Amino acid sequence: MAGVRALGVLSRFTSRRYALYSARTHVNYEVKGDVAVVRINDPNSKVNTLSVQMQKEMAEVMDEVWANNAVQSAVLISSKPGCFIAGADINMIQGCNNAEEVTTLSKEGQKMFERIEKSPKPIVAAINGSCLGGGLEFAIACQYRIATKSKKTVLGTPEVMLGLLPGAGGTQRLPKMVGLPNAFDMMLTGRNIRADKAKKMGLVHQLVDPLGPGLKSPEERTMDYLEEVAIEYARGIVSKKIPIHKVKGSMEKIQDYVMSFGLVRNQIYNTVQSKVMKQSKGLYPAPLKIIECVKAGVEQGPVAGYLAESQNFGQLAKTSESAALIGLYQGQVACKKNRFGTPQREVKTLAILGAGLMGAGIAQVTVDKGVHTVLKDTTVSGLARGEQQVYKGLNDKTKKKNITSFQRDSILSNLTGQLDYSNFAKADMVIEAVFEDINIKHAVLKEVEAVVSPHCIFATNTSALPIKDIAAASKRPDKVIGMHYFSPVDKMQLLEIITTDKTSKDTTASAVAVGLKQGKVIIVVRDGPGFYTTRCLAPMLAEAVRVLQEGVDPKKLDALTTSFGFPVGAATLADEVGIDVAAHVAEDLGKAFGSRFGGGNVEVLKTMVDLGFKGRKSGKGCYIYQPGLKTKEVNPDIGNVLEKFRMKPNPAVSSDSDVQYRLVSRFVNEAVLCLQEGILINPLEGDIGAVFGLGFPPCLGGPFRFVDSFGADKLVEKMRQYEAVYGNQFTPCQLLLDHAKDSTKRFHM
Amino acid sequence: MASMLLNTMRAGSVSPSWAVRLGARSLSTTAQLHAQVQTKSKKTLSRPGVKNIVLVEGVRTPFLLSGTTGLLQRTGLSKDAVDYIIYGTVIQEVKTSNVAREASLGAGFSDKIPSHTVTMACISSNVAMTSAVGLIAAGQCDSVVAGGVEFMSDVPIRHSRKMRKTMLSLNKAKTLGQRLSLIGSIRMAHLSPELPAVAEFSTAESMGHSADRLAAAFGVSRVEQDEFALRSHTLAKSAQDAGLLKDVISFKVPGRDIVSKDNGIRPSSMEQMGRLKAAFIKPHGTVTAANSSFLTDGASAVLVMSEEKALAMGYKPKAYLRDFVYVSQDPKDQLLLGPTYGTPKVLERAGLAMSDIDVFEFHEAFAGQIMANLKAMDSDWFGQTYLGRKSKVGAPPMEKFNLWGGSLSLGHPFGATGCRLVTTVAHRLQKEGGQYGLVAACAAGGQGHAMVIEAYPQ
Repeated sequence: MAGVRALGVLSRFTSRRYALYSARTHVNYEVKGDVAVVRINDPNSKVNTLSVQMQKEMAEVMDEVWANNAVQSAVLISSKPGCFIAGADINMIQGCNNAEEVTTLSKEGQKMFERIEKSPKPIVAAINGSCLGGGLEFAIACQYRIATKSKKTVLGTPEVMLGLLPGAGGTQRLPKMVGLPNAFDMMLTGRNIRADKAKKMGLVHQLVDPLGPGLKSPEERTMDYLEEVAIEYARGIVSKKIPIHKVKGSMEKIQDYVMSFGLVRNQIYNTVQSKVMKQSKGLYPAPLKIIECVKAGVEQGPVAGYLAESQNFGQLAKTSESAALIGLYQGQVACKKNRFGTPQREVKTLAILGAGLMGAGIAQVTVDKGVHTVLKDTTVSGLARGEQQVYKGLNDKTKKKNITSFQRDSILSNLTGQLDYSNFAKADMVIEAVFEDINIKHAVLKEVEAVVSPHCIFATNTSALPIKDIAAASKRPDKVIGMHYFSPVDKMQLLEIITTDKTSKDTTASAVAVGLKQGKVIIVVRDGPGFYTTRCLAPMLAEAVRVLQEGVDPKKLDALTTSFGFPVGAATLADEVGIDVAAHVAEDLGKAFGSRFGGGNVEVLKTMVDLGFKGRKSGKGCYIYQPGLKTKEVNPDIGNVLEKFRMKPNPAVSSDSDVQYRLVSRFVNEAVLCLQEGILINPLEGDIGAVFGLGFPPCLGGPFRFVDSFGADKLVEKMRQYEAVYGNQFTPCQLLLDHAKDSTKRFHM
Repeated sequence: MASMLLNTMRAGSVSPSWAVRLGARSLSTTAQLHAQVQTKSKKTLSRPGVKNIVLVEGVRTPFLLSGTTGLLQRTGLSKDAVDYIIYGTVIQEVKTSNVAREASLGAGFSDKIPSHTVTMACISSNVAMTSAVGLIAAGQCDSVVAGGVEFMSDVPIRHSRKMRKTMLSLNKAKTLGQRLSLIGSIRMAHLSPELPAVAEFSTAESMGHSADRLAAAFGVSRVEQDEFALRSHTLAKSAQDAGLLKDVISFKVPGRDIVSKDNGIRPSSMEQMGRLKAAFIKPHGTVTAANSSFLTDGASAVLVMSEEKALAMGYKPKAYLRDFVYVSQDPKDQLLLGPTYGTPKVLERAGLAMSDIDVFEFHEAFAGQIMANLKAMDSDWFGQTYLGRKSKVGAPPMEKFNLWGGSLSLGHPFGATGCRLVTTVAHRLQKEGGQYGLVAACAAGGQGHAMVIEAYPQ
């Protein structure tokens, strides 16, 4: 004991001296009475991450705290109001050369947190803002956790979304802390948990209210208050006034008892495993590894558990799936920035023309951001339907307790529904979502320009009509821009913004700013028929129609696409988009691009439309939709339609795998062509657009990353094989050929 | 309440005895001397062309922790002395939604006197008074009774929304079958009653919770709050013992004894108060039962008249009611900062400085709320950031502040507190010989009120 103490004193001196030579930049501490307040602050970033530097300094500081005899307990707090620790440093993981190095990183993290967990002096984690991934693993290693009830405070383990697993003890500590079902839910979905829910789950011990303005700004004062309260608790724990372990309720005791049976636990593992397999089609390794690690820890003890965790973490980090998902994450972050700068005017009033599914959807994501939203339709019934959609969206949020009923009503007061143009003079931007007909678009453009102020931007929400054709009717084409939303607007993250040669930079900046406010991930592309997303989708759908004509059942087609990784099958996707829209687009783009967009016969779609099979919205498409029924049956009448247009499949290119690659290669080739033609600015936006707008398999990371990982040469080889049968629809574009020729050429480094 | 109305009239009409007059005169001389030393920035707030409106008398029932609904039972008063009656109340009984009318009828006022009820949370009776001022200033009335009343011990409790819906559709049901199926749909959940919420509607946060956050935002410690609460109780006790709380009238609780004193004044010790646990933010909050005002039954009333009318009727007014303002701000984070916003605004309107005020009476909702307001008024940062001022407002000096206790010790019947504050200012101005007094109060909804009162020359 004395030896330890002496050692402690010694290390205190040495570390102090050390501190003189190199001032710490990321972690600091201050002793308040008998409590050490350890503050985390990455000076180079808006968020704190567990980088190499951060970990090194943290270890130093903790050593000093443990050695300091005047200190009885510690409080761990961030100096950034919106962020506790947002996770591990992704670059640090990506910087590793092989799985073994990543495993070593994981082991170091495990060791560090084990020391925290076994700390003789209680450590209180004071959490305000995001506490995610490695940050959460750090927090749950501490003896006590206090979180603010702020909306910014979220706890979670999002590693699975990056194709990883919680690799610093998370898979081992979480099940003990919140129970198996909750732990699986957290780690397999990666969802964010709000502070009040975290308290209920037993993830945090106490909640602190965020404060309003006082003698300092609300953010600053809330941080101070959190620290004061945490210090109080730290002292309380030392004096044994505050129990660290929650007294378990009878429900929890029953749950623990049930869980003590191996049979029950096995049942849980199996259920979770089959659920994961069903949802991921086995394309994502991370969830399965998470189950494996948890199982190892619970069934074989901590040594096996921690070992499984670190080794699996290393393996996962080097999978192509993880690289794809991390690429998407980074792309998403990049597409949440406005590279066109701050617009001259903020859009305070947004007018939307057309209260259909799209128009009302746009209103829904706008009105709750504090923007005055005007929704105009031509008929009372159309307007009422649209307003009801907005109300329903907000009311669902109320039911989920995301907002209060008061907030719902106060948000709705920002929505003005009308049948005329009376409020348009105040509008800073008008988004039209009227019927896809160039004449109607021209008519509304002229009507709008007659009433709006000179600075007002006219954005058109079209999925295929070229913006320059629409802008042709405008008196001020510099203020015309395309904003292509995806249905359902409140669920789909992507917004495709289309600029013409005449669109001004400020107009673009303003459109991006509005999109960002609406919470969208944004790609900005150049004008052209079908822009980027529709243009990529059209050849794939044409191929899907051909596949159907060749006698593949819609259900089989869906199974082939989903097992490739598409979240929605091709036939179902056509129904969702609308068969009429698909027919319209196929015809338009067919005219623009010629036989390359051929494949399936457009007449198939047209006949379906004539029969009233317009997809989900009309109740019948490839499938039959009945309200209230979750399962859907293949539309029996579609057989006759397809029989009429039956084509003979060529067995050389009709295996399941061939069908999949026929569908995907046309999509990918068109995407690469868009980059080649300059429709796309860079491959990153191409990947983001394809994944978030069209459901390109996330595990492949988008068409460009797919070319990189699959190999352009192999893809070209396959396409040549199909080209021999079907012709120019499968001719690889020049850029793809360049990449095939030179294997060092890659879209993503 | 009716009895109070009576007393208002009586107390006003009785001419003061010589002794009192002499006393008052000597007091007023000292006040003038005092005033000369202090050099007020303004001698009076009387303005040409603006009617002088005076407080003739103010009374209240003792604020009771447990109580009664029997105020309406006394009658017998000369009828036509007032032109109008306005009452403020917060939690309304559905059957007496215009409680002012019922009260005045019950009190035996002429049924020709119109009366209406106003509500603005804790400052309801302030609204009643200022409405009276408005009516008189506009020349519509010459004398108005304004007051407030609250029956916290008999708040209306409703059926649950589900039950109400079922009952209402039961009325519309045409056939027996429809009725039976509706009755059959009643479940246990339908039967749980719905208490009126003390929580803010817009934020669903209770006021005590908000007060605790406010105190924390301004760094008000538990000890500071307990000390202020103790001060309030101690001052109230000595004021009560010295017989200064003249506005209290005895009141017979049916079936019980006559109550003539506020029964919530309980000076205790810091140790005793320190032992209490946090009442709202558990366990680390600082607002406790002892440093919060307690909700009581109670009623208060004032007789407001134009100066000419009062003098013509032989009344001796107590004070002039001068400028007033209402303010409102964020109901979440600044729920209880009404006094901070109201005070500088009303002083500016009146053209007075903080130093001109001799008597401060602030509504003490929570000790933490008062301390937070004092700190906010004393903060340059807050003044610049939130009040749009160049510097701080300045906090009122404690030696002029709530010297006869406040809502913390006397109790707080929501709707009736405002009249108590104004009457106390008038009495304190008389007693202490000051020239100007200031009333400020906060209210649910993030609203606030402040009023300047000028002593009536004695």
